[in-house]
Amino acid sequence: MCLSIPAIIESIQGDLAKVDVGGAKYEANIQLVPDAKVGDYVLIHTGLAIQIIDEEEAIATLETFKEFEELNESMDEEEKEKGAHLI
Amino acid sequence: MKLNTEFRDKATVKNLVKAINALSTKPITLMEVCGGHTMSIQKFGIPSLLPKNIKLISGPGCPVCVTDRKYIDQSIAYSRMSNAIITTYGDLIRVPGSSSSLENERALGRDIRIVYSILDAIKIAEENPDKKIIFLGIGFETTTPGSAIGILTAENKGLKNFFLYSAHKVMPPAMSALIDEDVKIDGYIGPGHVSAITGTGIYNFIAEELGLGVVIAGFEPLDLLQAILMLVKQFESGKPAVEIAYSRVVNHEGNLIAQQKVNQVFEPRDDWWRGLGILPDSGLGIRSEYAAFDAENVFEVEVEPTKKDGACICGSVLKGIAKPFECKLYGKGCTPMDPVGPCMVSSEGACHAFFKYQSL
Amino acid sequence: MLFLNINHFNELNMKRENILLGHGSGGKLTHDLIDKLFVKYFSNEILDAQGDSSILPIEGEQISFTTDSFVVNPIFFPGGNIGNLAVAGTVNDLAVSGAKPLYLSAAFILEEGFSLSELEIIVKSMADDAKAAGVKIVTGDTKVVERGHADKVFINTSGIGILPKNRMHISSGKNIEIGDKIIINGAIGDHGMAVMAQRNDLNITSEMVSDCAPLNGLIDAAFAVSEDIKFMRDATRGGLSSVLTELFEGKSFGVEIEEDAIPVHDNVLGMCELLGFDPMQVANEGKVVMVVKAEKAEEIVLALRNHTLGKEAAIIGEITVSHPGKGWIITTIGGKRVIDMLAGEQLPRIC
Repeated sequence: MCLSIPAIIESIQGDLAKVDVGGAKYEANIQLVPDAKVGDYVLIHTGLAIQIIDEEEAIATLETFKEFEELNESMDEEEKEKGAHLI
Repeated sequence: MKLNTEFRDKATVKNLVKAINALSTKPITLMEVCGGHTMSIQKFGIPSLLPKNIKLISGPGCPVCVTDRKYIDQSIAYSRMSNAIITTYGDLIRVPGSSSSLENERALGRDIRIVYSILDAIKIAEENPDKKIIFLGIGFETTTPGSAIGILTAENKGLKNFFLYSAHKVMPPAMSALIDEDVKIDGYIGPGHVSAITGTGIYNFIAEELGLGVVIAGFEPLDLLQAILMLVKQFESGKPAVEIAYSRVVNHEGNLIAQQKVNQVFEPRDDWWRGLGILPDSGLGIRSEYAAFDAENVFEVEVEPTKKDGACICGSVLKGIAKPFECKLYGKGCTPMDPVGPCMVSSEGACHAFFKYQSL
Repeated sequence: MLFLNINHFNELNMKRENILLGHGSGGKLTHDLIDKLFVKYFSNEILDAQGDSSILPIEGEQISFTTDSFVVNPIFFPGGNIGNLAVAGTVNDLAVSGAKPLYLSAAFILEEGFSLSELEIIVKSMADDAKAAGVKIVTGDTKVVERGHADKVFINTSGIGILPKNRMHISSGKNIEIGDKIIINGAIGDHGMAVMAQRNDLNITSEMVSDCAPLNGLIDAAFAVSEDIKFMRDATRGGLSSVLTELFEGKSFGVEIEEDAIPVHDNVLGMCELLGFDPMQVANEGKVVMVVKAEKAEEIVLALRNHTLGKEAAIIGEITVSHPGKGWIITTIGGKRVIDMLAGEQLPRIC
C-alpha cells in the first residue's frame, strides 16, 4: 500500500493532471488533492495523487541531517582527545 | 530537487547510522507494518548497517498476505459467472485459493484483467455495458480512497455494471492486536502513506495507552534511519510518543478530502486477518446507500469450502514471531515461483522480500 | 453452374493486404509469397538456389548453433519490431559464445488475416539487421494458421557461427579467476519498459526505446583489444539478475556488484518505481555482460565506449573469493543485499 512515488505536475485538465516521473509520463487523477498546482510534486498511488509533497519540509528535513554530521564530528573529536590521553 | 536521491545520500546515511550507534545501548525490536517498508528495508540493505542490538521485524503490512483465502475463492467464483470481467491489482493474481488462483482461472479462459488503477476498471465497465465488471478492492488506508472515488465515479456516470468486492482493512486494530498477543515489540515504524491519508491521531492510543512509540517513516533510506533513530531515542528515554519522520508528506490531520470520501462510501466492520483472527472494526464494508455497487450484496455465488493452512506459517510470520526461513516450506515447497502462502506470493510479503533480498 | 475462382489464375497481387490460408498451402500462393517477399529481401547466392537444405561452406573449427522463437506482443514497439528481435536475438546468442555469426534460418508462422504491409516492414527490418550484422539468411519456412490460432506472426530463427578453439571456454566461464572484473555495455531495462509502456492498459508514455541490436560488432571491438574475455552472456528475459545468477550459482567464487555502477536511464528507473519493478530483472535485447581479466578491464571498457552500442559501458563489479556461490550487491547507501535468485514474472503492484 505504500508504492507511491514523487511525480511532478506538468499540466492540469480538470480532475486530471499530466505528471512526470523521471521522464515517464502518466495521467493521474487529482480529485483528492484539488489544491495541487502545476510544478507541485505529488505522491501517486494506483493512479491517483494522494498528497502534495511539501518541498520546504523536505529541505528542512535534509537540513536536520546536517546536524548529525556536526554531532558526529564533535563526537569524533572527543574520541580523539580521549585517545590522546592514553598515549 | 529530485525528492528521492537526496534521501539516499551515502555520507548522510553514514552519519545517521553513527548517531544511532551512539544512542542505542539496549536491545530493541522495531516492527514495520507496511509492505513498502518491508521492501525498502531489504532493498537498501538497512539491517546490514544497523548495530546488532537493533532488530527489525516485519508485521502484517501486506494486504494480500492478511486477506482470507476465502476472498480468493469467492473472487474465482465471481469470475465463473457469465459475462463477468474481474479487474484486480497485480498483487492478487497469483495468490493461491483453496484449489485454484486467479492466474490459473485466467489461463482457463475466465476474463480476469490486471489494472493499475480502479479508474481503468471504470473505463472497462463503460466500454463493456453488457458485462459485469467486478473490482477486487484490497489494500489499507492508502488504497481505500481510490476505491471510494471509484464507486462515486460509477454513481456519477450512472453505471449499472460496476461492482466492488471489498477486502479493505485498517491498520490500528492490527497494531494493538499484536501487542495483545504478546508479540515482542518495542516500537512501531509507522506506515508512511497510510498516514499521509489518515493523519496521526489514529495511533495516539498506542503510545498513550499501550506505551509504545510510533514514528511514521517514509521509504527512502534516510527516512527509515531517521525514524529508527527517533524510536531508539524514545525507547532509551522511556518516553513513547507518536512522531512524524516524514514531514514532507505526513501531517497530523492527513488528507481530509480522502477521509471524507472513504467515510461517505465505507463503514467499519469486523474482519478476519491471517495470523490474528477476527478483529473488531478492522475491515471496511460498503454502506447501504451504495449497495448497488457492492458485489457481496448483488451476487450470489457458490464458494468452495476454504482449505486450511497446513504447514504454511504465514500467520506467525505476519505477526513477526517467526522468520521466513523458520517455516518448513520456505525455499523448499514454497518459493516465489511456486508459492504456497501469500507471504511468498506478494512481492512485499515478508517471505518474498526476504527470499529476494536476503539482506545480511 | 461452375463458378471459377478468378483469384486462382491471378499472379500474387501485392495490393492484396492480408495473409490467406492459401499462402501456407505450398502451392502458387506460397511460392509467390516466398519469391516476392522473402527472397526479394533476403536474397543471397545460397538462398537463391532454394534447395530443401542449404549447403554452407565452413572451414575446420567448431560450429556454434542456436535457435530461438519470437512471440513478442506487441509486435511493433519503440525502437523495433519482432523481426529486429528475431535477428538480434539469434546473432547475439552466437556472438556471446565467442562465435562469429554466419548464417540464419527464418521460419514464420502467420495468422490468417495478418497485414501484408506489416509483414513487409518486419521482413525488411530483418534483412537490414542481418546485413548490418554481416549474416546471411539462407533458409526458411512459412506456415499459415487460421485466424485466432496464432497472434499475428511468430518467428523462429536458428543460427550458425564458427567458434575459434581459443574462445571455447567463454560459454562455461571455466577460466574465470578471482579478481576478474564484470562489465556491461550499457543501461539496463530499456527494452522491457519500452514494451511495457506500449501496453494501452497502463497509460504510461515515455520516450523509452528498446535497445534491441545485434552485438557481434561490439564484441569484435572488445576482442580486438584483448582475448582475455573469460565469460559472456546476453541479458535478455530475466534481466541482469538472471545473468549474474548464472555466473555465480554453484561456483567456487562469489560475485560482488556496486549498485551505483550499474547504468540505468532515469525514465526506466521512474517507470520501474511507478510500477514496483526491479530494473535488474527487466528484459534487455542489446546488452552483454562480460567477465574479463582485471588488468584489461579499463581498456575493454574504452573500446566498448568507442562503439555506438557501448557508449555507457561500465565496470559494475568483480569476482571475489568471499561468499562462493553467492552474489552480493553493495547498495547505493553502502548496505548489502543478496542478488535475488529469482527471475519470475514481474507484475505491476499497488504495494
